[in-house]
Amino acid sequence: MAFFKSILSKLKQGLEATRQTLTRGLRSLILGRQLDDALIDDVQRMLLEADVGVEATQRLIDRARADFKAGTLRRSEDLLAHLKAHIKELLSSSAAVAGGAVGGGGAAAAVAAGAGGASAGAGSPVGDAASAPRILSPEFRLAPAAPTVVLITGTNGAGKTTSIAKLAHMFRRQNKTVLLAACDTFRAGAVRQLEVWAERLGVEVVKGQQGGDPAAVAFDACKAAVARGVDVLILDTAGRLHTQDPLMRQLGKIYNVAGKLIPGAPHEALLVLDATTGQNAVRQAQEFARFSPLSGLILTKLDGTAKGGVVIAIRQATSIPVKFIGTGETPDDLQPFNADEFAEAMFSEEA
Amino acid sequence: MFDRLSEGFSNVLRKLSGQSTISEGNVREALEDVRKALLEADVSLDVVNEFIDGALKDAHGREVTKSLKPGQEMIGIVYDRLVALLGDAPQIPENATQEEAAKILMADGPGIMTISPGPTIVMMCGLQGSGKTTTCGKLAGWLKKRGRSVMLVAADLQRPAAVEQLQTVAEQVQRDMPGGAQVLFYAEPEKTAEYGKAVGVAVGVCQRAVAAARAKGIDTVILDTAGRLHVNDSLMDELQQVNRLVQPHQVFLVVDAMTGQDAVKSAKAFHQRLEVDGLIMTKFDSDTRGGAALSVKHITGAKIRFVGLGEKLDALEEFHAPRFAGRILGMGDVVSLVQKAREQVSDEEAKAMEEKLAKGEMTMDDYLQQLKSLRKMGPLKQLLGLLPGIGAALKDVHIDDAQLDRVEGMVNSMTPAERKKPEVIDFKRRKRISTGSGTKHEDVGNLIKGFTTVGQLSKQFAGMSASDKVKAVKSLGASGGAGSLAPGLSGMPGFMRGKGSSHSASPKSAFKKKRK
Repeated sequence: MAFFKSILSKLKQGLEATRQTLTRGLRSLILGRQLDDALIDDVQRMLLEADVGVEATQRLIDRARADFKAGTLRRSEDLLAHLKAHIKELLSSSAAVAGGAVGGGGAAAAVAAGAGGASAGAGSPVGDAASAPRILSPEFRLAPAAPTVVLITGTNGAGKTTSIAKLAHMFRRQNKTVLLAACDTFRAGAVRQLEVWAERLGVEVVKGQQGGDPAAVAFDACKAAVARGVDVLILDTAGRLHTQDPLMRQLGKIYNVAGKLIPGAPHEALLVLDATTGQNAVRQAQEFARFSPLSGLILTKLDGTAKGGVVIAIRQATSIPVKFIGTGETPDDLQPFNADEFAEAMFSEEA
Repeated sequence: MFDRLSEGFSNVLRKLSGQSTISEGNVREALEDVRKALLEADVSLDVVNEFIDGALKDAHGREVTKSLKPGQEMIGIVYDRLVALLGDAPQIPENATQEEAAKILMADGPGIMTISPGPTIVMMCGLQGSGKTTTCGKLAGWLKKRGRSVMLVAADLQRPAAVEQLQTVAEQVQRDMPGGAQVLFYAEPEKTAEYGKAVGVAVGVCQRAVAAARAKGIDTVILDTAGRLHVNDSLMDELQQVNRLVQPHQVFLVVDAMTGQDAVKSAKAFHQRLEVDGLIMTKFDSDTRGGAALSVKHITGAKIRFVGLGEKLDALEEFHAPRFAGRILGMGDVVSLVQKAREQVSDEEAKAMEEKLAKGEMTMDDYLQQLKSLRKMGPLKQLLGLLPGIGAALKDVHIDDAQLDRVEGMVNSMTPAERKKPEVIDFKRRKRISTGSGTKHEDVGNLIKGFTTVGQLSKQFAGMSASDKVKAVKSLGASGGAGSLAPGLSGMPGFMRGKGSSHSASPKSAFKKKRK
């Protein structure tokens, strides 16, 4: 817990500088202007340019316009707070919730996803309080008994290996032992890339043969994690496009192998999503979740100019929450997701 | 590729083409749908707005509302605008035949220029994870195939194991890709360092690499630079320095086709610093609508030269704007198909095969060889998608390339004598073949039956006029027998699932017609 506090203070420091620019976009837009249709049009433009997507943008804009017409939203100064509140709402409720089918906010959805993961484990007593995943924070769930298994998935070039290094670093700072599994047996240099990080961070790597079966590496790694009594096992997988059926099935196999050896594993199955990705990210999340039920997203490359607004559409379509954001290339550049700050950043302009 | 963008468009265009009258109001309404389709396809907002304004102006200018087929006219306008957005269309004379037009389109190859004296220097740049290193390998393969020697230079000294990755890729190209030219690798691995600690080192590495390439008489040098954010000043400075001191002849920006609205910002930044000459769009084998291609092209004015279509080293295609615009609008891309076929089968081979067909002398071995070259062109579904009007129809059809394996298996289980004269295959032989290939008895029967039909047909075809040929194929399609043009496939259970057996007939016949 103390760890997350320290992370949070770091995040605040980091964001202090950005916050100036964050709101400058919208603030300068609002400056000296009355709230009117033209201003709302400008906001619509910002949302579209943040990759929020046509549909979710329409929802947000319709809300703002309706409240403006109804007289509940009068001053342009209140517009930002209005938008932030509704973006937060969209980020904490899924389409299913909006449709009135199921209840449950962010944390509850994460638990539900966890239960799905647990049921994949062979013979694990689902619903048993003792084996229910313990929630350390909304950001991350740990297994009731070590090892906690984390599966990292994503398309090519999303930033999986770098994100794994950051996660490993985070756990090391909590004095947890970490084992990495190099399940990317396909891409040239992938294993070596993970090894370099492991050397820098002082953690061990389980690897197989180049071109070998990644599920076999996952199997060996799970066994090794139990034998060595490590706290956290992180499985790195090859980047794959969600349209490649055989590769997606292979991912499902890795997911299942982990569950067979370690009850409830993987306890976290995270999709690494490049923040520059456009509307196709929704399909990505849906397809990856189909083969490896996802408990969350890591949104990477937010240190660029991309806003990653598509996570709103993803949340609406799939109920998968964002858990971490990546903001740089060093191991320290991983932060828990904060919907408030994220919403604010949406209306920023780079200096 | 562009599949989903084209899906959005086909709906709009279907709606449009059904309109017998288009009024001022209709034009706006129709274009509003186009606007939404473009936005959902990740085309940048500014580009979308400009596109719509332009199309509206064209619509007024061409007096769409007064033309006989306003819907068709509108589609023409959208097509022209798309081509203009994607690249400069090559000039095709009005009276050119289809073949001449195809020739012109193919001659407009974007490719990589050749500098004399060499080496030609190409610098790759882009954001992290856009696919630079993989693309470097693919370009090296593309050059090797054309007899041009290559040196791949590891100028990414930041990302762990980036050097090793490029080295492996270089070795793979040298070993596995066709063509006789040499593929060399240059690196100074001891210069690598943690992120941000080796800034500027790449400049020297690139200079020494070019000197080495010159000494060895290498045709083209490809510099694989580190991925970097366009807002990282020190790393962008480094690129600029490489650009100034090494003076690459071509600077290629590698862009992930799945990129959203941010594509314009990063492309603009790279272009301002480096004057990008060409764009390479990667990951086009995803189901992204690929709107980033339109945005980036518009922002930089640089040509899209290649598109990446997979993880394999030969999964690289040259980009041709008119063809892609056609694909987006579901008009197909026969030129690409012909070109793909040419890469696998030489003109002489094709001619020899044609003669054999005409004389009815085609053997199972010939058929197997044809099947193999067809498969080298890519997954069947991707190929069929290139045919006009097929892409949308194939959307929900599952095509299993594994069925082709079974056909190959069956032919492989035949004796040389059987392959030459399939008619000798009786019940007993059939049984042996099915056991040998792990297929069903009927499968072998269907294959032989289909093969014989094709043999007879082609003999008849040889003596027919072109119009009679078309008629013959059409009547085949009507009787549902066109499937036999690809023996062994249509009869195979589960080869094509989903809707539309009627669709499966036409692409094959169209394909055969084209190959003839």
